[in-house]
Amino acid sequence: MGMVWTLLKREIASFFATPVAYVFITIFLILSAVFAFFIGSLYEREQADLLPFFNFHPWLYLFLVPAIAMRTWAEERKSGSIELLMTLPISTLQAVVAKFLAAWAVLGLSLLLTFPLWLTINYLGNPDNGVVVAAYVGSWLMSGAFLAIGMCMSALTKNQVVAFILAVVVCFLFVVSGSNIVLDAFKGWAPSIVIDTVASFSFLTHFESIAKGVIALNDVGYFLISIVIWLYASLLIIERKKAD
Amino acid sequence: MIYVKNLTKIFGDHVAVNHLNFDIQPGDVVGFLGPNGAGKSTTMKMLTGFITPDDGEILIDDLSIFDDPKKIKQKIGYLPEGAPAYGDMTPLQFLNFIAAIRGLKGDLKRQRISHVINKIDLQSVLDKPIDNLSKGFKRRVGLAQALLHDPQILILDEPTDGLDPNQKHQVRELIQNLAKDKIVIISTHILEEVTALCNRVMIIAAGQMKFNGTPKELIAKSKYHNAITLHLSYPSDTSGFLDVPGILEILPDRANGKVTLIIQPGYDILHEVNKHIHERKLPVDTLFVEQGRLDQVFREMTQGAEV
Repeated sequence: MGMVWTLLKREIASFFATPVAYVFITIFLILSAVFAFFIGSLYEREQADLLPFFNFHPWLYLFLVPAIAMRTWAEERKSGSIELLMTLPISTLQAVVAKFLAAWAVLGLSLLLTFPLWLTINYLGNPDNGVVVAAYVGSWLMSGAFLAIGMCMSALTKNQVVAFILAVVVCFLFVVSGSNIVLDAFKGWAPSIVIDTVASFSFLTHFESIAKGVIALNDVGYFLISIVIWLYASLLIIERKKAD
Repeated sequence: MIYVKNLTKIFGDHVAVNHLNFDIQPGDVVGFLGPNGAGKSTTMKMLTGFITPDDGEILIDDLSIFDDPKKIKQKIGYLPEGAPAYGDMTPLQFLNFIAAIRGLKGDLKRQRISHVINKIDLQSVLDKPIDNLSKGFKRRVGLAQALLHDPQILILDEPTDGLDPNQKHQVRELIQNLAKDKIVIISTHILEEVTALCNRVMIIAAGQMKFNGTPKELIAKSKYHNAITLHLSYPSDTSGFLDVPGILEILPDRANGKVTLIIQPGYDILHEVNKHIHERKLPVDTLFVEQGRLDQVFREMTQGAEV
């Protein structure tokens, strides 16, 4: 655990030593506010909740999280520092976990910095703050799943742009797998169990219920298991490809 | 000690390291020599646990690289090829990070960090991002990182590449002054570096060991070993040297008036040569006995083996 902490501190320091974290947080705050007010009509709805804000998170994460995940492994491999990292007395698992937690912490910080919105609706009305907290937790969990996918794609290549595009594509599949665009393609020929399975992979469906304040074990579990699976996949990829 | 048996690494259909066998004792300073792509770096990467061998065995202090990679990594200080580092950090932050990972704490940590900073002369760049440093300083930061935990085994992939002659001298001195019970492995393209630093030379070409011995033994392989080179003030007939027993060949160099006499191994004929010069009244103004020519031995051992 001590090693993970040391690595984690280095990763976070690196986010803030470069403009990455600042740019990410600023863009995230601006875009989330724009979506919530102008497209989600937060004011005009005259309801004291943050649904218009949270509803756009999957779409925001779709582009922003791959942007923060793309450098994690691709840059290490490109600069060769992975050779230094992997010959230090640490395990690959510790490195994977530390990198993930560092980027996830930056995502968490970005979410926390949206607190003025929460203050606003508390000033304007009497929202159910339990629902708001649940939605924040759900959003953070979902961002973790996006992040794990992005890191896995970053492990596949030395090129950050390739990593970004792969991550956006894979994340997109997971976002839309519950929507009619995808399900219609299966309807008519696939058995319902296949359709249900495809639908159950969707980030949207799992996030929607949490955003409404229902923290069900299967939704939370879905995101946690997604994180573990994608991180495990990146671990295997790094073990195989680190020296290429 | 390091014990390597049948070490093999294959990339696709290219055999990078081909059944390498050697062992290295504490106190040895070993130089890996070889053309580019010969398998030196790959061998180092396997010794440090970065890549896994496809076949064979590596034992370091009786620990297997397959079973105890972490314990082995603790014993090793490693400077990878090109001295990679985290460019957004300053050398001070970087060394602090490496020290923490290496498990150094408190006073010992401060002491070791200031020790390597002084040894390697990093004071002037401590607070500049590594990305902004010159090639020479980057290399030295990499060296500092490898030395930080005072490792028993030091593996340096081209430690003097990109350094100016003064810095090269400094790094060589540093390696020479390390405690005598350590193992040092360096790879280099500079042949003189090996004779200056190492007590063991391994020549690797096409993944195979072409030579494993002392620098003296290596130089003795040269046909110029103990050869006598003389300089003539004006052109003169030197073919008479072939009558002196023990002289195999006369190699005149018309461009600069030098003549090199190749000597049959085992003969000590400086005296005979002198006598011959006096008898024939040859216009010799300088005369010296050669040690041997490393570049020629190197070429002979590695030629045809380039990839």
